Amino acid sequence: MLRVTPFHPRTSELCQARNWRRWAGYLAAESYELTFDREYWAIRTAAALIDVSPLYKYRIRGPDAERLMDRIVTRDVRACAVGQVIYTPWCDDSGKVMDDGTLARLSEDSFRLTSAVPNLNWLVQNALGMKVEVQDVSDTTAALALQGPSSRTILQSVCDADLNALRFFRQTAAPLAGVQVFISRTGYTGDLGYEIWVDSDLALPVWDSLVGAGEAYGLQPAGLLALDMARIEAGLLLIAVDYVSAREALIESRTSSPFELGLGWTVDLGKDFFVGRSALVREHERGAAWQLRGLEVQWDGLERLYAQVGLPPQLPAHAWRSSVPVYANGSEVGYATSGCWSPLLKRYIALAHLRNDRAAPGSEVQIEVTVEHQRRQAPASVVTTPFFDPARKRA
Amino acid sequence: MPPYDAIVIGGGHNGLTNAAYLARAGRKVLVLERRHLTGGSTVTEEVYPGFKYSVCSYVVSLLRQEIIRDLELARHGLEILPLESTFTPLPNGDHLARWSDHDKTRSELYRHSPRDAEAYDDFGRLMYRMAVAVKPILSMIPPDPTSLSLKELKGLLRLGRHFRSLGRKDFASLYRLLTMSSADYLEEWFETEPLIATMSASGIIGTFLGPRSPGTAYVQLHHYMGEIDGVFRAWGFPRGGTGSVANAIAAAAVRLGAEIRTNAAVGQLMVRNGRAVGVALESGEEIRAPVVVSGLDPKRTFLGLVDREDLPDDFVLAIERYRMRGSSGKVNLALGELPDFKCLPGAGPHLRGAISISPSVDYLERAYDDAKYGQFSRRPFMDVIIPSVIDPGMAPAGSHVMSIFVQYAPYAINGGWNDARREAFGDAVVSTLAEYAPNLKEAILHRQVVTPADLEDTYGLTEGNIFHGELTLQQLFFLRPATPWANYRTPVPGLYQCGSGSHPGGGITGGPGLLAARRILADTKGGGR
Repeated sequence: MLRVTPFHPRTSELCQARNWRRWAGYLAAESYELTFDREYWAIRTAAALIDVSPLYKYRIRGPDAERLMDRIVTRDVRACAVGQVIYTPWCDDSGKVMDDGTLARLSEDSFRLTSAVPNLNWLVQNALGMKVEVQDVSDTTAALALQGPSSRTILQSVCDADLNALRFFRQTAAPLAGVQVFISRTGYTGDLGYEIWVDSDLALPVWDSLVGAGEAYGLQPAGLLALDMARIEAGLLLIAVDYVSAREALIESRTSSPFELGLGWTVDLGKDFFVGRSALVREHERGAAWQLRGLEVQWDGLERLYAQVGLPPQLPAHAWRSSVPVYANGSEVGYATSGCWSPLLKRYIALAHLRNDRAAPGSEVQIEVTVEHQRRQAPASVVTTPFFDPARKRA
Repeated sequence: MPPYDAIVIGGGHNGLTNAAYLARAGRKVLVLERRHLTGGSTVTEEVYPGFKYSVCSYVVSLLRQEIIRDLELARHGLEILPLESTFTPLPNGDHLARWSDHDKTRSELYRHSPRDAEAYDDFGRLMYRMAVAVKPILSMIPPDPTSLSLKELKGLLRLGRHFRSLGRKDFASLYRLLTMSSADYLEEWFETEPLIATMSASGIIGTFLGPRSPGTAYVQLHHYMGEIDGVFRAWGFPRGGTGSVANAIAAAAVRLGAEIRTNAAVGQLMVRNGRAVGVALESGEEIRAPVVVSGLDPKRTFLGLVDREDLPDDFVLAIERYRMRGSSGKVNLALGELPDFKCLPGAGPHLRGAISISPSVDYLERAYDDAKYGQFSRRPFMDVIIPSVIDPGMAPAGSHVMSIFVQYAPYAINGGWNDARREAFGDAVVSTLAEYAPNLKEAILHRQVVTPADLEDTYGLTEGNIFHGELTLQQLFFLRPATPWANYRTPVPGLYQCGSGSHPGGGITGGPGLLAARRILADTKGGGR
């Protein structure tokens, strides 16, 4: 039996679909209802509650905590104020991305780092000779994402912290349902939303309180199928899907630098040192070989391909995650790594790695689609991400 | 040079769509709306404080995907939430429900009839194939079969080739579908009475016909068009009510450069030397433009705004004969609590979709009988949704709004509509529904009753017809509203039509607005500035 999260007593009762997936060694709901439409729409129109406890979480404390974090991640941690959260990748010595996550500064000398894969060893190795304690709190910290336009109203009704004052990518400690929690205005949906961090033992009252308060606002527990579509609309990357961790890559060509993943904005070459800096300085000078872009499959072209076999366009019912070739003028210029039909935008969208010279937004490419067992190419436009970026996310 | 390239009369969703597409092509467009707000019948109004009513239209089915994409309506706030079920409570304490999940629907149908559970899938596949065949027609400017011009013939040929792709068997089914009554058609497939009744009800909406009237089967197909889109889940409820569809289109139009004036009722089309040259407002103000587009229904446009001398007699006659015959009304309720259905007590997913009061074909046909002889149905067909369950923002937390589409409420009621008859109609609706959900009467905080006469007076729908004219075969496609003027042009050069009285017809589709814009842009190439 896989491990279960601290919310399992609630999620297992709600999961009518009995549709579970593995996530970092935990059982995680893919969808709660028989069809996951409402879970997806809750993220965009009301509020969704997503159990994200399987994330890896580390507490980094001590006089050298800032130094350690600054050494590892590509962004400037010295500029990260107490109460601020930053999204950042971190790289190996060759400047290739190992993982990405959020780093919250809880106090002058204390941070919480979240990651998608285990990083304890990497953190400890880099802390050699530093006065810092790295603690893996993955199992003792439960995490809930409350995402969607109503999330603020719901959360505000059960906690005293002034959420109107809590800006995008800020966090605060607050009591919620009599429990001390951390609330960060972060998430994986590209919408207005919060993530709530709580001791595992005290997790259930937090869940119950949010579910109770959310009832009048259409709060819906949501699984990973809905989350996956939302994160693609938001243009947010998924490790092992949209890129391969430098640690996992068997061959060099599988690795990606932050520049190649559209994360150049997170790389602060002004810092004296961080792991991978010299490689990234060189790459910055010669320019990245790849770019991560959005693709919008052109409807008319897709419709024509299907009309040839007498069908209306067959669209994926949920997000796909596989490598799909992308062409321009008959030759292969890249590959898409995940995509979905966006029910909100009524567009078929995908995230793709494109050769730098073929990645200009507005250019036309072709993406492979299988139409009745035949490989065909559908026209697509190169666009910048995010595909959907509502003002409420930052407002 | 006049300040505008085009004037659109009527800020309903089709007029706005038309304006947005014209503006998108660089034309300078002015939309004139008689009321204080845009939307026409696609409108959300806070009739009772804190409670938002989708006063007229209440769900979205066929809003064209390309409009959502082209006008970036998601960016302008359009979000369409899925309606996941159809729930038919029955007088005998049982119920019939259909869900978005196939297996769940199948097991429910199986409970009523194992044969129907199987037939339902086969029926769905047949309707799907036919909808696939018919759907392209909705995106087509109708060719004119009475013309022998090469261009029109080509269009017809394309259409013919398209239908050939159906195959002999399906073509026969399509022909039967076009000619039969919805009850007869469905009885060939199913034996579960409430299933036949609920499905056939989709064939009578907006027409003055009963489920046993020939020609009603076809209208059901319209409902399957939304189903074609499979993962699109086109049937839905717009967050914020149907008004948010119009608001999103209006926002897009304005962003593209269109200008919208409310409280600007048009009194007359101005015609000089046989050409439309602008409009005169009821206030007396005159605004000029080489193109005038009417989003109003054909009777209001041609019999109301245009001088009779400017139109050919046979056309005027055709428009006079064009059938409106409004047959439906709306009751909107503010509720202190959710209705509690005797047959399925408590809150649950059955309240998140459509609730259909259609226990049997006889029930529907009797409702029609009342209307035939000039009465509202004492026990009417009702299509109910509770928007606040799907979108809690529609009512104060813990309270609800209920939208009840009611048929039949004939426009030509004996003695005419007045306040007493309106309230009696409202009472009949509430009493009938309360037979299934007895707590309803007590839960009502506010009631708005909209009769066909109200639809005409407030929303400008002639005879209260919600589709700008019945969606019956004799007034569809190249006959809508009258041949040969089904291609958005009119007998007055420079005057175009873009409302639901033109192809592909009523409902929140945006189709007429979009296709009319295509026609206008093609006719006035180089007319931008």
